[in-house]
Amino acid sequence: MKVKQISVFLENKSGRLAQVTRVLGENNINIRALSIADTTDFGILRLIVNNPDPAYRALKDAGFTVSTTEVIAVEVKDEPGGLARVLEILQNVNINIEYLYAFLQKATNAALVVFRVEQLDEAIKVLQENNISILEGSRVYAL
Amino acid sequence: MYWQKEYETMPRERLADLQLERLQQTIKRVYDNVPFYRNKLSEAGIEPGDIKSLDDLSRLPFTTKQDLRDNYPFGLFAVPMEEVVRLHASSGTTGKPTVVGYTRNDIVTWSDLMARALVMAGGSKKDIVQNAYGYGLFTGGMGIHYGAERLGATVVPISGGNTSRQLMLMQDFGTTILTCTPSYALYLGEEMVNTGIDPAKLKLRIGIFGAEPWSERMRNQLEAKLNLTALDIYGLSEVIGPGVAMECPEKKGMHIFEDNFIAEIIDPETGQPLPYGQPGELVITSLTKEALPIIRYRTRDITVLKDDECGCGRTFVRMERVTGRTDDMLIIRGVNVFPSQIESVLLEFGDTEPHYLLVVDRKGTLDDLEIWVELSDKFFSDKVRALEDLEKRLRARILSVLGISARIKLVEPRTIPRSEGKAKRVLDKREI
Repeated sequence: MKVKQISVFLENKSGRLAQVTRVLGENNINIRALSIADTTDFGILRLIVNNPDPAYRALKDAGFTVSTTEVIAVEVKDEPGGLARVLEILQNVNINIEYLYAFLQKATNAALVVFRVEQLDEAIKVLQENNISILEGSRVYAL
Repeated sequence: MYWQKEYETMPRERLADLQLERLQQTIKRVYDNVPFYRNKLSEAGIEPGDIKSLDDLSRLPFTTKQDLRDNYPFGLFAVPMEEVVRLHASSGTTGKPTVVGYTRNDIVTWSDLMARALVMAGGSKKDIVQNAYGYGLFTGGMGIHYGAERLGATVVPISGGNTSRQLMLMQDFGTTILTCTPSYALYLGEEMVNTGIDPAKLKLRIGIFGAEPWSERMRNQLEAKLNLTALDIYGLSEVIGPGVAMECPEKKGMHIFEDNFIAEIIDPETGQPLPYGQPGELVITSLTKEALPIIRYRTRDITVLKDDECGCGRTFVRMERVTGRTDDMLIIRGVNVFPSQIESVLLEFGDTEPHYLLVVDRKGTLDDLEIWVELSDKFFSDKVRALEDLEKRLRARILSVLGISARIKLVEPRTIPRSEGKAKRVLDKREI
């Protein structure tokens, strides 16, 4: 149920993001989803890729500060109130969301939302109890 | 005008006799009372009776800041603690500070030296001294304070910072002498312009500036902006504090109070004494201190000694402005900073192989310190909050260790240039 996300530390200076994507491209790694959180001085790039372990090693070898984190990818109905329903379920059991970002999948009409929460197992359990579809890692990598 | 004319204008032959007599007493005192010195002297094969002339000084071993650290806190004191009436401390190269102690007599000696310095600058008991050096463990504030009181001047113990209050009191009290770091004085001058205070309408006439390096260019700026005579003062806590040497209005270097200290210049590489006129490291031996006599202390400050006659009538040699250091110490806003202090903080945080760079700049008139830290995997988090929290904790810890604030900039690995073997730890962009 868990998806491996790769995070990369980036200084706010030109060309750094391009360098990350270049390294991934050279290693035949495809980006499934990404998001950047930034402050005045630095940014954190979060990536879902088709092949997380080689991606981690490639970035590490290229000299980046990299880490992997487990997140969940939740299928959210592409209709008004779709995301609200998921958030409500998590809120009811006091699961705090560190951050989230969304991307579209090609196959179905549903949106995918990546959630980063501290209580991962608890979140998976409560979402499943409420019939929310969570994608297996292998399915996300292969999208 | 002199405070202690007999000493300040003593013919050099008589001064040499006085120095020898006092050196012999000092050596005997440390030999009898400080195991560290007794061992060092014994190792060098010297007994107190062997000191027959001032030339014998060069046979004595040096004392370093490391020696003070190794004997932390009171190991080098030559008197029992009940005789010690005050402690001061300066920041050490890592965690522990360097501690210095004073007997009642030491405080009197020090106060007289500072009174001499104030009189040398042109001060008298009619003056109002606004003392904007920091009070506390740092020797600057209290050293000047006691000297000004000894002189009989009126002291305003305002300490550093709080610029608007400094300017208000300067106007309301009619301050005539300002004592602070030269960079802070320059800042006060700029704030006067910004707040519409005309320095010509103030009563300021003398500035005694020290605790950090400055230049003739800064002197010209200070004198123009503040409408006063700007003079340099030298001192270090390990020796006594401010009042080791003071510049007279001839502005040809700082007179070292040689009845209390012997100054030598050495080649920092070989340790050999150098003649007057040649640049090298200043080494100081105290002659009158009781609680913490210090023998051939390596100041790490680079300067030149001059013994030609001075128009002020004092016979003491003069040291030129300090032009550099023989170690990696930085002086930022008057505070001594060693790069290794930053390293110790990073190690404390669990960074096993810290890579960092101190970037020092002068923004306007004030020193600015930014510390670049290469973000290792261990510190990295995918959460912005966690990284911002790391910056905040580092900043707080560095403030408590260094005593000055710094901005933390997290940078990517291998951003900081590595040179062969020894990493470059400092980028000093200040033009003084």
